[in-house]
Amino acid sequence: MKFPILLDIQSAFKTFTRNKARSFLTTLGIIIGVASVIATVSIGQGASASVQDAINALGSNLLIILPGSSNLGGVQTGFGELNTMTLSDAKAIRKLPAVKTDSANIRMTEQVIWRGNNWGTSVMGTSSTFPIIKNWPVTNGEFFDPQQNSTAANVAVIGTTVATQLFGLMNPVGHIILIHNVPFKIIGELKAIGFNAFGQDQDDIVVIPITTMMEKVAGITWVNIIMVSAKSKQDTALAQNQITALLRQRHHIPPHKPNDFYVRNLTQIAQTAGSSAQIFTILLAAVAAVSLLVGGIGIMNIMLVSVTERTKEIGIRMAVGAKKNDILKQFLIESSVLSLFGGILGIGLGIGISDLISIITPLKTILTIEPIIISIIFSVGVGVFFGFYPAYKASNLNPVEALRYE
Amino acid sequence: MNDFQKNNGDDNIVVINLEHIGMIYKTGIINYEALKDINLTIYKGEFFSIMGASGSGKSTLMNILGCLDKPTSGKYFLEGMDVSKLDKDLLAEIRNKKIGFVFQGFNLIQRLSVIENVELPLFYAGIPHKEAVIEAKDALRLVDIAENKENNFPNQISGGEQQRVAIARAIVHNASIIMADEPTGNLDSVRSSELMSFFKKINEERNVTIILVTHEPVVAAFAKKHIIVKDGHIVND
Repeated sequence: MKFPILLDIQSAFKTFTRNKARSFLTTLGIIIGVASVIATVSIGQGASASVQDAINALGSNLLIILPGSSNLGGVQTGFGELNTMTLSDAKAIRKLPAVKTDSANIRMTEQVIWRGNNWGTSVMGTSSTFPIIKNWPVTNGEFFDPQQNSTAANVAVIGTTVATQLFGLMNPVGHIILIHNVPFKIIGELKAIGFNAFGQDQDDIVVIPITTMMEKVAGITWVNIIMVSAKSKQDTALAQNQITALLRQRHHIPPHKPNDFYVRNLTQIAQTAGSSAQIFTILLAAVAAVSLLVGGIGIMNIMLVSVTERTKEIGIRMAVGAKKNDILKQFLIESSVLSLFGGILGIGLGIGISDLISIITPLKTILTIEPIIISIIFSVGVGVFFGFYPAYKASNLNPVEALRYE
Repeated sequence: MNDFQKNNGDDNIVVINLEHIGMIYKTGIINYEALKDINLTIYKGEFFSIMGASGSGKSTLMNILGCLDKPTSGKYFLEGMDVSKLDKDLLAEIRNKKIGFVFQGFNLIQRLSVIENVELPLFYAGIPHKEAVIEAKDALRLVDIAENKENNFPNQISGGEQQRVAIARAIVHNASIIMADEPTGNLDSVRSSELMSFFKKINEERNVTIILVTHEPVVAAFAKKHIIVKDGHIVND
């Protein structure tokens, strides 16, 4: 059995190596096209993964309840301005059937002091269920328990950023810090989780029991956020309805009046963000695919030049017995090999760009095998498609005229 | 059959038979009649020369004889088969199997090595590469091309050598006819007669029919039979 196609490929390679600069410039369009497809898809997949991470970081099936806005003499304030939400609201919500657990939070910015060091950070009063709701475990020490919460104990759990700022490399657990001039014993350190999707350092936090927060730090009786974990993903919408009904009833809101609170379903928001990231990826890849197409036109152009330059060669080949299909095949293989070669270089470049992006920018990139396989198939396709017209032209030359060509 | 008979053609086997061949080129409004009612018979093993001034129609006749072009009228029997109406691909197959070409300008493919040029007809015949290499080497040996030049490119060898490579390419697939179109046109007189001796050798040793187009009487003298083409007619058979 013979493999003339291998000889054709070998012959195609010989043609390119004799004209390296031109072959490289010809394939540059394909190289850039494939590289940009690979890079953009990896950025897009990275973004999708980041969104997915953000969904997980938000906690399991999270709903957030904020106090509503107030309207005083026509001035409409933002959400969270009313003081209508209380700890007992939070306790009532916990009893709803679609709700697994909840935590009421108050968040304030305070200066935290340990010996000579001080650090301005976010202090959060919350319930003992916080690690479950936020999917945020303690790695060193422990979180406060319900008893410590109900007795307004002076205990604190700190994030790694705060630990580093106050204690450096020391173990912070067991030390006493001052918050709002109130002493707190550090009983635990939260796991480092880094920045959120909005660029905030989530580890820059001190967590204390909500009762302690209300009675000893803030001196208030209302909470400014209640976080609720629904029983399952499907239950988030149901929980949202149950909470709305419950709070309207507890706050004695007549049917025609608007809510004095606001329930946000974060799972839904995250899913929306996820799907927009996907659309973004598709758009980017489509733009990149256009450059692949332009690369294909470059190949067609140079193949047409090549056919003209090699008219005499085509004549000789026909004189010694090459049929139409032999010539067609020869030029098609040349253009396919050329664009495949460009595709392979483009994949290398694309992987390089994607790695570089993940190193020098905060963007996360993820490479999968699919865009690489698709790029290879696509670049050979481009070679065949754009090589066909020049090859067809070559195969239809008249041998007498081709031989006479100088 | 003795040597004398062989060299002068075998009267029994007709290789080429042209019957009333005409060729009209349509160039816009004027029709140019390049060949008019050509009748010609060539026997196996003949060494045949076609002479004529440029524009006489001898190149057109050569293209038709070489199955590169089709006549607009008449019939062309090649080894008994009418090839005047065949399509491009079938003509390509006939050129591949029966006809070898040697051109004035050598017409070797510059980016292929000497041996790859010789292998080309075998490649298009679908002969396996290994076999093709052996046959190509045999053909190159026959025209005295040194083995160490097989992998050279055409521009690395002399004009005389290039033309011998072209002869090797013409005979490698055991063509029964060799069409040589001004084969000595680019060579000096010493190289010319050297080259012609190879044609003579092939004609004598392999009984290959050789059709030689030339305008040099010294070169034409190698042939045993001569025709002159003038204004699209054969004037002297």
